[in-house]
Amino acid sequence: MNFFLETLIGGLLAGTMYSLVAIGFVLIYKASGVFNFAQGAMLLFAALNCVSLQEAGLPFPAAVLASVSIMIVLALAIERAVLRPLVGRSQITLFMATLGLSFIIEGLAQGLMGAEVRALDLGIEDVPITIGDIMVSQFDLFAAATAGILVLVLALLFNKTRIGVSLRAVADDTRAALSIGINLNRIWQIVWAVAGIVGLVAGLLWGARQGVQFALSLVVLKALPVLIIGGFTSIGGAIAGGLIVGAAENLAEVYAGPLLGGGITPWFAYFLALAFLYVRPAGLFGERAIERV
Amino acid sequence: MAISVPSIAEPPDLLVVDDIEVVYDGAILAVSGISLKVADGAIVALLGANGAGKSTTLKAVSGIVQADRARISRGCIHFDGRDVTGLAPNLLAHQGVVHVLEGRHVFPQLSVEDNLRSGGFLRKLGRREMNAALERIYAWLPRLKVKRQTAAGLTSGGEQQMLALGRALMTGPRLVLLDEPSMGLAPILVEEIFGIISHLNASENIGFVVAEQNVNVALRHAHYGYVIENGRVVDEGPAQRLAEQENIHHYYLGGTVA
Repeated sequence: MNFFLETLIGGLLAGTMYSLVAIGFVLIYKASGVFNFAQGAMLLFAALNCVSLQEAGLPFPAAVLASVSIMIVLALAIERAVLRPLVGRSQITLFMATLGLSFIIEGLAQGLMGAEVRALDLGIEDVPITIGDIMVSQFDLFAAATAGILVLVLALLFNKTRIGVSLRAVADDTRAALSIGINLNRIWQIVWAVAGIVGLVAGLLWGARQGVQFALSLVVLKALPVLIIGGFTSIGGAIAGGLIVGAAENLAEVYAGPLLGGGITPWFAYFLALAFLYVRPAGLFGERAIERV
Repeated sequence: MAISVPSIAEPPDLLVVDDIEVVYDGAILAVSGISLKVADGAIVALLGANGAGKSTTLKAVSGIVQADRARISRGCIHFDGRDVTGLAPNLLAHQGVVHVLEGRHVFPQLSVEDNLRSGGFLRKLGRREMNAALERIYAWLPRLKVKRQTAAGLTSGGEQQMLALGRALMTGPRLVLLDEPSMGLAPILVEEIFGIISHLNASENIGFVVAEQNVNVALRHAHYGYVIENGRVVDEGPAQRLAEQENIHHYYLGGTVA
C-alpha cells in the first residue's frame, strides 16, 4: 500500500511540472486563440538566459529578475512583429507563425548562448525525505509548491485586477472588448509576457532536473496530452491534466510496465489523451460555453 | 483618396457618414454609398430588412469592420468634426463612440458587475468613481442590480441586452451605436429598452443610432430615420413622417417599394 501511495504521490508531484508548462499555453490560447508552439522555445530561451547570466557572475535572484525583463521585451517584440501584422488571420496561419517563431527563438538562444548542456543548481537537493511512512522527493515538493504559488498569483491577477478582468473579457468576446475601448495589443503584450515568465519558472525547474539544454524545448510535447485532457482554455484544467498525466504515467510504468516490457512513460500520456479525445474532446475543463438561447 | 469633405462645418452634426462603401474579404460589397448624419443628442433609426447593410454601416462607423476582415474602400466618417475613418474601435471608444453589437455580446464568464466595470476601464475611474458610475447604471437599469453577482451568460436575453447597453454607458459615451436591440425579446421588454434609450437621450444628451427591423417601435422613439436597402439609403426623413408613410412596412418585410 505504501508503495502504491509513493508511486501515486511521486507521479502527482511530477505532474505539477507538466502543469507549469501547460499553463503557459492556456494563457496565450485563451487571450488570442493561438496554440503557441513557441512556448517550449520561450521556456528554453528563458532558462538559458538565466543560466548564462549566472555564469557571467550575476547572483541568482538578479539573474532571474534580468531574465524576467528579457522575457517581457521578447513578448513586446513578438506582439509587434508577429501578432499585430497577422491579426484576424486564420488559426492555422497563426499556428504556423508560432511554429516558425519557435525555430527562430531556439536558434537565437543557442547561437547567442551556446548549445552545450548547462547545469543549474537551485540549491534544492533531489533526495527523498520521509513523511510518515512515505518517501517523497524534496525537489518534487519544491516544484509543486512553486507551481502552487504561481497559480495563486495568476488567480489573483485574473480575478482581482482590471488587467485580469480585461484579459477575461478579451478571451470571452474579442469584438465586444474592442468596442468598449479595451486595447487588444496591450492585452496580448501582457499575456505573452506572463506566459514568458511562467515559461521561465517552468524552464528553471525542468532545467534544474535535467540540465539546461536544447531538449528543454521538447517539453511542449509533454504539455500536449496535458492540454487535451485538461482542456485548452482553463488553468484549472491544465493543473488537473498535469496531475492526471503525472500520476497515470508513474502508475502505468510501475504496474503495467513489466507486462509490456517497460518504457511506457514516453507514450502513455498520448494514449491517455487519445482516450480522452473519444469521450471528452473539449477536455475536462475546456470551454463549457455558457450559453442561453 | 480624393473625397469631397461634406458640410462638416455645421456644428450640430455629431456624426457625418459620407458616401461610404464597405468591402468584405476584398470582394464582397456590403454597403455601397451610404451617407447619413446624426445631430448632437439625436436618436436616429436605421431601418431595413435583414442583410440590407444596417449592421455593416454601424460596424464601419465603430471600426469593428476591421475585426471582420472588411474595410471601408470609399468615403469618410467624421465624428465631432474629426476624421475617424478606419480608426481602431478601441480608440474610437475613447473619443466617445461605443458600439453595442447585434446579438448581445456580453462577456458570459464574467459576472454582471464585472461586465459593467470593464466598460469603465477606459475612463480610468478610481474605486469610488467606479462605484458611483455603477450605481448610476443600476438606477437606470435596476434589473441588473439584482443579478450583479451572476455570470452574465446565465442571465436572460432581456437582461443581457440591458447589460450590453449598461456596459456601453459605462464608457461615458456621446454616441451609442445600437444594433437590433429588440432581437428575440418579448414586446414588453423591447418597450422597456426603448423607454430607457429615450430617457437617457433626454436626460443625459446621449445620441443613439439604432439599427432596427422593428419599424414601429424604432420610429416611435427616434427623431429621424434612414431606410436602407441593398446597401443604399433609399429613403430618409423625420421619424414621424416615415411612420405615417404607407410603404414603410414593405422595407421591414423586405419587399420592394411600388
